Order: sequence, then structure tokens, then C-alpha cells
Amino acid sequence: MSDLRFPADGVAEPRWLRLSLTAVTVVFMAVFLLLPLVNIFHSALSEGWRVFLASLQDPNAAAAIRLSLLSTFWAVLLSGVFGLAAAWLLGRHRIPGHGLWVAVLDLPFAISPVVAGLMFVLLCGLDGWFGPWLDRHNTQIIFAKPGIILATAFVTFPFVARELLPLVQALGSESEEAARLLGASPLQTFWRVTLPALKWGLLYGVILCASRAMGEFGAVSVVSGHIRGETMTLPLHIEATYNEYQFGAAFACATLLSLMALVSLALKSFVAWRARRDRESA
Amino acid sequence: MTFTRRPGFALSTGITLLGTSLMILLPLAALALKALHARPGTFAAVFSNPRVQTACLFSLGSALAAALFNLVWGTLIAWVLVRYPFPGRRLVDALVDLPFALPTAVAGLTLSSLYGPKGWIGQLLSFPAVYNRTGVVLALSFVSLPFMVRSLQPVLEELPREMEEAAACLGASRWATLRRVVLPQLLPAILSGFALSFARAVGEYGSVVFVSGNLPFKTEIAPLLIVVKLEQYDYDGAVALAVIMLGISLLVLAGIHLLHRRFGEARRYV
Repeated sequence: MSDLRFPADGVAEPRWLRLSLTAVTVVFMAVFLLLPLVNIFHSALSEGWRVFLASLQDPNAAAAIRLSLLSTFWAVLLSGVFGLAAAWLLGRHRIPGHGLWVAVLDLPFAISPVVAGLMFVLLCGLDGWFGPWLDRHNTQIIFAKPGIILATAFVTFPFVARELLPLVQALGSESEEAARLLGASPLQTFWRVTLPALKWGLLYGVILCASRAMGEFGAVSVVSGHIRGETMTLPLHIEATYNEYQFGAAFACATLLSLMALVSLALKSFVAWRARRDRESA
Repeated sequence: MTFTRRPGFALSTGITLLGTSLMILLPLAALALKALHARPGTFAAVFSNPRVQTACLFSLGSALAAALFNLVWGTLIAWVLVRYPFPGRRLVDALVDLPFALPTAVAGLTLSSLYGPKGWIGQLLSFPAVYNRTGVVLALSFVSLPFMVRSLQPVLEELPREMEEAAACLGASRWATLRRVVLPQLLPAILSGFALSFARAVGEYGSVVFVSGNLPFKTEIAPLLIVVKLEQYDYDGAVALAVIMLGISLLVLAGIHLLHRRFGEARRYV
């Protein structure tokens, strides 16, 4: 875009306007987006390193971190397996009701997280459809870990599918057919030809899915029951400590999630850059 | 050698069908059936409740305000990022995604402290900015800003400059070119970004509970009222509210789909 530097009159805005609009944008972004981020780290350390480290070593915080990691693992696994299958089915085969299926994939994004949580309460809670059956089998889902995993998985379910679907559509089947003609088995074709072509898209979807799963709040909050050390994920733990005016502890846990957010942003840029490079060299 | 004409069809159909039914359709069906089997009069009672009406109107109004805020700032950010190269542009560009990546609880926590009476920004303001309606709009704007920028940016990048040059050659002023050549081409993307922002804001919960103060009739949003009703074991009330929220979400979603179908799909962004 270097040709925009010295624009002719009438094709671009005057120089003073460009400079002031750029300045306004940069200042706005610094105040509106960057300052909240800086504030997290500043507030977390304002009570000193000792408080910071102690808040993270608190047994309830440690349990919350473990539960967040566990539900993220399941959310990524479910979204990944489903995503590969759904992208394959909808991207490669013409099936009846194609458009409707794709639209259904958007539903978890459109539904408010709180409503999502409520749906699982209605499904698996004591008064819910499966409630009596689950109760007879001594299984608790709502107000227990399985409910948290389910709610997290629902919210992130279509992430991988939506990243992969356009890639599968663009991929075409020529190289797979070539591999099969050269004697590769279907499984070999999938591992050696299809999956490598989709790997950056898959990785991108997994990053999106994991970062959302770690931070999910609304849906998890409804099904959690807020039992300390049992059914609290890291975001719920932050809310609980904040409500008890333990701001140092709340911000200490928030730094963990913020660092995760920054890492996921960096990874996303890296994956997008590698995918672009692969496409250009191909 | 046997060739399957539809490789992986059976397996992928099985997994997709099972996944969609169990994880998406079954929970939705539970909500729908619960709504159908609610005691007669429940819905009328819930909708005529002033607290419910206030919360719903406030949710819609603040989401609309946030989407309008994003309309102005998001359009400016996208325009500057695409059209005015400046040093450090890529870093600023990466910053746009921060509200997507930052968990909503963390966003709420830091906004409540930053704009609170003792915060860096709150100290400078002459009016209270959190624990009131301003705080809610602020949080909703923060979490939904990337939708506007990211739906506009790819369209702006691919806008052919030749049309603007042609307009200039034909004697149009820069302002007339922007208004009559550039704006009409951007309009679908602007509308779609606006709708996505609104959809995200209207269902948002995590960041709002930190900054709103959660006062009934004042700063109570509809998702919070669902949680309150659940805590009081008022399942019918919660379901009725959830059905309204779901209806709004589906309407917005249908609108976005229509836009995409009519004007071609811009890059999708979650």
C-alpha cells in the first residue's frame, strides 16, 4: 500500500486529516483496549509479589485452574473430532438440507451463554428430562464437573468445524484421488494428504476453541453451583474472590487468563502467517 | 482395488449427526419443550412483570448503544488500519482482537477497576462510570468492538481504488466520492458488523456482572435476570425469558444470513 503515501488530491484525504484521524485512532485504542490490559498486571502486583504468588497457590485457585484445564481439554477434543467430521461431510458431500446444517453450526455462537447453561439444567438437572434417570444411577451432572464440561463444550462446539469448512471446500479432491490411484489406502490418504492440507486451519480452530473454553463464564456459571474447590473454574474463582473484596487475588488469577489470551493471540498470528506462507509457496 | 466414491461418508455422517443432535439440538429441544409445557398463563405473567420488562428493554437498549458506539469507532479503526499506513500498524491491528481473546470475567474485572472511582480513568471523570448504566454500555462496547472492525476490514482491503480514482477524475470532491462511491460498497459489511456486535452484546453476561452493580430496575440485564430466576427455582420464569432471548438471537442471526446471501459472504469471524 506504499502507493498511498503521496496521493493525488481527490483520491485520498488531505494530509492533516489523515494524520489527525490516525492519532485519534491510536489514542483511542491505547486508552480503550490497551489500558485495561495494563491495569490487570498493575493491579495484580500492586499488593506485592508475595500476595500475588500466595493467591495463585491457594488450594481453591489451584483446583479452579485444574478444572479449567480439564474442561478445556474436553471442549477441544469434542470440537476437534466433530469439526473434522462435520467439515468433511458438509464441505465434500452434497447432502439434503445442506444450508440448514451449516446454519445449525452457528447456533451456539448466537445463543446467550446463560441460555446455553439453562438448557443443560433443563436437560440434566433434577427436574430435567434425564434428571430422574441420572439420579437413580447416582450420577450428578448439574452442579458437578460433567455439567461444566458439557456447558463449555456446547459454547465452543462449532469452532473447529467453522474454521475447517471453507478449507475443505477449497481443497478439492484431486490430490486425494491421485494418492488413491498411486496405491495409498484411504487411511494413508487421510493422514498423508488430507490432514496436512488442513493442519493450519485445524490448529487455528483449536486455539480459538481453547481460549474461549478457558475463559467461558456465563454458561459455566449457571451449571456450576459454585462449590469452592469443586465446581469453580478459573473465571468463576475470579468472580468469587472479587465479590469478597480480595481484589489482589482476583487480579492475580486474572493475570493467568490474560497471559493465556496474549499467548493465544500470538499463536493465532503465527498460524495465520504460516498458513499464508504455505499457500503462497504451493 | 475397490474405490469408495464417497470416502469417509459413513463415518463423518455418523459423527456429525451424533454431535449435532446430542450437543446442539437436544439441549435446544429441552428448552423448547419446557416452554411448551409451561403452565398456561406463565408467559403472560412473566412478560407483564415490570422487572422483566425493564430488564429486557435495558438489555436491548444498552446492546444497541454499544453497537452504535462500535459503528463509529469500529469504522474509524478499520479505515485507518487499511488506508493510512503508520509505524506500528500491525501491533495496533493485533490489539483489535484483544477483547475476543480476553475472558469476559477478566474484561469485567479490569474495566470495573479502571473506570471505578479509584481507577486510572475513573479518577479523571467527573461522573461515575461504573455500577450504573454507563458501565454496562462500556463493558458491552468493549467485548463487541472487534466484530465491527473485523467485518469491515477485509471488505475495505479489497475495495478497488480505481472507482475512487474514476470518481475523482470525473470531478467529484473527496467527500462526494466517499459518500457516493465508497460508502454504498461498505454498507453491507457495516450492517453485518453492527448486527454481529449487537448479537454479542445482547447475550453478554460475564463482563456486565462486574461493572453493572446488578440493581433490579436499574442495571439488571435480561441474562442476569435468568440467573436470578434460576437461583429462586423459578424455572418457568427463566425459561420464558430464555425463549425471548433465543428469539432475539435467532432473528439477528437470520438477518446476518440474509445479508450474506444478498451481498456475498464477507470473511467470517467469531
